[in-house]
Amino acid sequence: MSGYRLTYKFYGKSAILIEWPSKIDKNILNDVVLFKNKIIKNNAKQIVDIINTYSSITIIYHHTINIIYDDILALKSLYEQEISKESVQNYRWDIPVCYDKKFGIDLEELESENDLTYNEIISLHSSAIYTVYFIGFLPGFLYLGGLDKKLHIPRKSNPRLRVEKGSVAIGGIQTGIYPSISAGGWHIIGKSPISFFNSGSDEPCFAKSGDEIKFIPIDMSTYNQIESKISRGSFKLKKSEL
Amino acid sequence: MIKVLSPGFYTTVQDMGRFGYADKGVPCSGVMDRYSAQLANQIIGNNDNDSLLEIALGKLTLLFEKQTVICISGANLSPKINENSIDLNKALLLKKNDVLSFEKPVFGVRAYLAVKGGFQTPKVLGSRSLYNGITSQTILKKDDYLQISNFIESKSLKNALVKHDQEHFTDKILLAYPGPEYELLSFKQKTQLRTVVFNISNDNNRMGYRLEGLIENELPSMLTSAVLPGTVQLTPSGRLIVLMRDCQVTGGYPRVLQLSETAISRLAQKTTGDKIQFKLESQD
Repeated sequence: MSGYRLTYKFYGKSAILIEWPSKIDKNILNDVVLFKNKIIKNNAKQIVDIINTYSSITIIYHHTINIIYDDILALKSLYEQEISKESVQNYRWDIPVCYDKKFGIDLEELESENDLTYNEIISLHSSAIYTVYFIGFLPGFLYLGGLDKKLHIPRKSNPRLRVEKGSVAIGGIQTGIYPSISAGGWHIIGKSPISFFNSGSDEPCFAKSGDEIKFIPIDMSTYNQIESKISRGSFKLKKSEL
Repeated sequence: MIKVLSPGFYTTVQDMGRFGYADKGVPCSGVMDRYSAQLANQIIGNNDNDSLLEIALGKLTLLFEKQTVICISGANLSPKINENSIDLNKALLLKKNDVLSFEKPVFGVRAYLAVKGGFQTPKVLGSRSLYNGITSQTILKKDDYLQISNFIESKSLKNALVKHDQEHFTDKILLAYPGPEYELLSFKQKTQLRTVVFNISNDNNRMGYRLEGLIENELPSMLTSAVLPGTVQLTPSGRLIVLMRDCQVTGGYPRVLQLSETAISRLAQKTTGDKIQFKLESQD
């Protein structure tokens, strides 16, 4: 694509911020991911970290940007370069979720606020396919797009001080999974036994920008089975190539 | 080995930080005051990235079960070896069964203890910096043991006293560059950012420093984007938050300023009630 009008800004002395039109949009996401991969391929040694969000990339360099504009010029010409489709494979991940009310402690509030039945909520939440835009907030916290409008609900006015790891929740127009114990103001509708962050691995989070997530409803006994398989290291997450 | 007899208020193992995992949501962490930590490491001939103890506000007591060379830089937290006061910024030989203690602050907030070769604690994702949810431990606890390298006594212990820059602890001026949303501010807001002397609120830690004092704010909310240590955010209430080394990788408040590296290190030596003022420097 490479068709967007991007803006380039200095962000302190050793970072550059690249911005797309400020929107949550799948075409923008694809362009962000494509450009990110190009940048990593071409500048890997100069880069400390590269953070992409809905409509931006921030590049943090080892060096301070002394030769002003040279780095930006190089990035601009890299963006224009037609490179044969980068070969980064994205996946759709099947994430088991138990929507039992023992875990989904805010389901009843969602039922009454949004005038939906328990079954409608689960059906709406688990039939959609969600796009992973980026990872932020907590290690392994996925920013997902694609939540059905009927499930939109304002964040709780009083955030909980402790939300359990694996909690599946809805806040505003977003849905997500808490990768670790945290404070949080989203409505909790279920729990997944899957770990989204493992600091013992060189690839600490299996998902990346551009991947997709599908929630698979499971009952309590399946939840327990998967949890014990995970603790024995014998559970394999189901994925399919996109 | 070093045994922790008393863990202090908030003592952590830190190196220069954890890099390469920001797009998985991993904060960079690392020493809050890079200037002081580098000084401590350099004085005893360590590498800049060797891990040290970051000791906030004192009350730490350590028993050395092995001899080594140490150096303490940063805040003066009244350090003593076996009850005898010792100098900052100087290489010192510690013998087996020596007790090193830190008491109350004379100046600054965070002291750095370097040992020869660095602390040999576990590396997680390329760094020894402690961070909740990444490392199994978040702060030092009583009776912890810290592994250190073997040190063979050398006769040529350079024990010259190195002077640190006292302004690092006393100057209220923090050098900053315009942040990504700076240009959205009005002339009045820009002037306020430069001229107001801000008090540091009691909400200050390794994640960020919340400042007292208000800036008028009618900026629209923005889509979540990347934030960095040293980013100054303007919240809807008009209060400023300066993000520090343990900050999240993304945030949704306008990023009005970005502190220089030196300014982040200076702010790390300030605490509740201290005053700061931003000095703006253009990027070019």
